[in-house]
Amino acid sequence: MLVQRLLQGDRRAVARLISLVEDGDSRAYRYLTELYPHTGRAHIIGVTGAPGTGKSSLVSALAKVERRRGRTVGIISVDPTSPFTGGALLGDRIRMQDLTADRGVFIRSMASRGRVGGLAAATTDAVRVLDAFGKDKIFVETVGAGQAEVDIAKTAHTTIVVEAPGLGDEIQAFKAGVLEIADVFVVNKADRDGADKTVNALRAMLDLGTPIRARDGQAGDWRPPILKTIAIEEKGVEPLADELERHLAYLKSGDHLAARERERVADELETLLARELLADCLHRLGSDRIAQIVEQIANRALDPHSAAQLLARSADGIPVEGSAPTPAEARH
Amino acid sequence: MPEPKIRVIIAKPGLDGHDRGAKIVARALRDAGMEVIYTGLRQSPDMIVEAAVQEDADAIGLSILSNAHMTIFPKIAERLKAEGRDDILLFAGGIIPDDDVPALKALGFRAVFGPGTNTQDIIKFLREEVKARQQVGE
Ligand SMILES: Nc1nc2c(ncn2[C@@H]2O[C@H](COP(=O)(O)OP(=O)(O)O)[C@@H](O)[C@H]2O)c(=O)[nH]1
Ligand SMILES: [Mg+2]
Repeated sequence: MLVQRLLQGDRRAVARLISLVEDGDSRAYRYLTELYPHTGRAHIIGVTGAPGTGKSSLVSALAKVERRRGRTVGIISVDPTSPFTGGALLGDRIRMQDLTADRGVFIRSMASRGRVGGLAAATTDAVRVLDAFGKDKIFVETVGAGQAEVDIAKTAHTTIVVEAPGLGDEIQAFKAGVLEIADVFVVNKADRDGADKTVNALRAMLDLGTPIRARDGQAGDWRPPILKTIAIEEKGVEPLADELERHLAYLKSGDHLAARERERVADELETLLARELLADCLHRLGSDRIAQIVEQIANRALDPHSAAQLLARSADGIPVEGSAPTPAEARH
Repeated sequence: MPEPKIRVIIAKPGLDGHDRGAKIVARALRDAGMEVIYTGLRQSPDMIVEAAVQEDADAIGLSILSNAHMTIFPKIAERLKAEGRDDILLFAGGIIPDDDVPALKALGFRAVFGPGTNTQDIIKFLREEVKARQQVGE
């Protein structure tokens, strides 16, 4: 039902399914199974960078360009959940007000929630929902800091790293893995002093030959361009949209796109498999058995590595002759 | 499976440019563990309803100081109905004369919070109402 409605263009069904995905509702996976054959058409664009660099403003401006070019647009903006209260204040729509009246654009705000390692999975599934809904260009905005963002960037075909002048020590911002994930660099707020300095700093970093695009297995034939934009004045945004097209064309030439898709799917499968196996294992053993083992480890009767191997390999966590290593073996 | 999060739109329709009250409420709801989507100033009924549809909101809180509530609020209630989302919980705050409250309740507004309302009352109201609705919806 929900899936039929979604495929027929019902925005409420899209919104509902994304909520089910976010809540980890078991129905979501059934629906996603039905949707999967309808996915794989959208161009997915990650937009990452420090808070306040202008990511939301830039996505808004890019969406307008894409709409003028006849494309439909989906936007997912991820903001952090407060680790103390579990709440979140999601304000990205403030910068996207002009888009709200346009039915060709679907915007969804997402809180990161407590999903360590699972944020990328929820975001990937939300992207799939918009993909199946028929959006041509899907922008995923994330705050650039840490592993979760790097993982989300892997979901994208094209990743834009946004910098802005005057955010303190620029070079610092380039460190956390962003150089490896950037397909396109944007120095936004080019109306501000220091934009050229930031561009030069970026160019110098690129010239150092950091392992860019190592994930394609053939670094070197795509050099990330550096563009200046003024998002709030919609300046420099057409050329940026052109670069996104050029990158998509590059991916489609040769095996890049397929290779990236395979890598992404392998990654995803591994994450999901780990989750399934863990849940299965915990269920099979039961909390009492786990508590017993914990007690043994705490008492130094067993070491954690051996315990994990035992638990993973036998039905009840009790060693079976010949099928599991003894603690002594496992230690070597 | 964790409990579904309460998702609330806080919007400021009308032309006045003061969103201090709306922001205080938004922060209080966030601190109470809710996901608050703040849409900014000068929102048209269509913009507010479209945001609520896309965000799959459980509730919409409208803050207004410009005395335009009797023209704007009915439009919002109407648009929600047209979108088939009149199940979304509506509440209002700001400066709204007592005399208008019955008319707003008739439109489907479940609560009207005047200036000086304790944010704890709003939190309690939302938790109870959304929970009741989520149970009905299952
Ligand atoms: N001067 C200037 N300000 C900008 C530009 N782009 C965005 N801003 C402002 O920067 C602030 C943060 O923008 P936002 O898009 O929310 O950044 P985000 O946190 O990266 O999503 C807002 O006040 C924007 O109006 C720009 O090109 N020039
Ligand atoms: Mg933003």
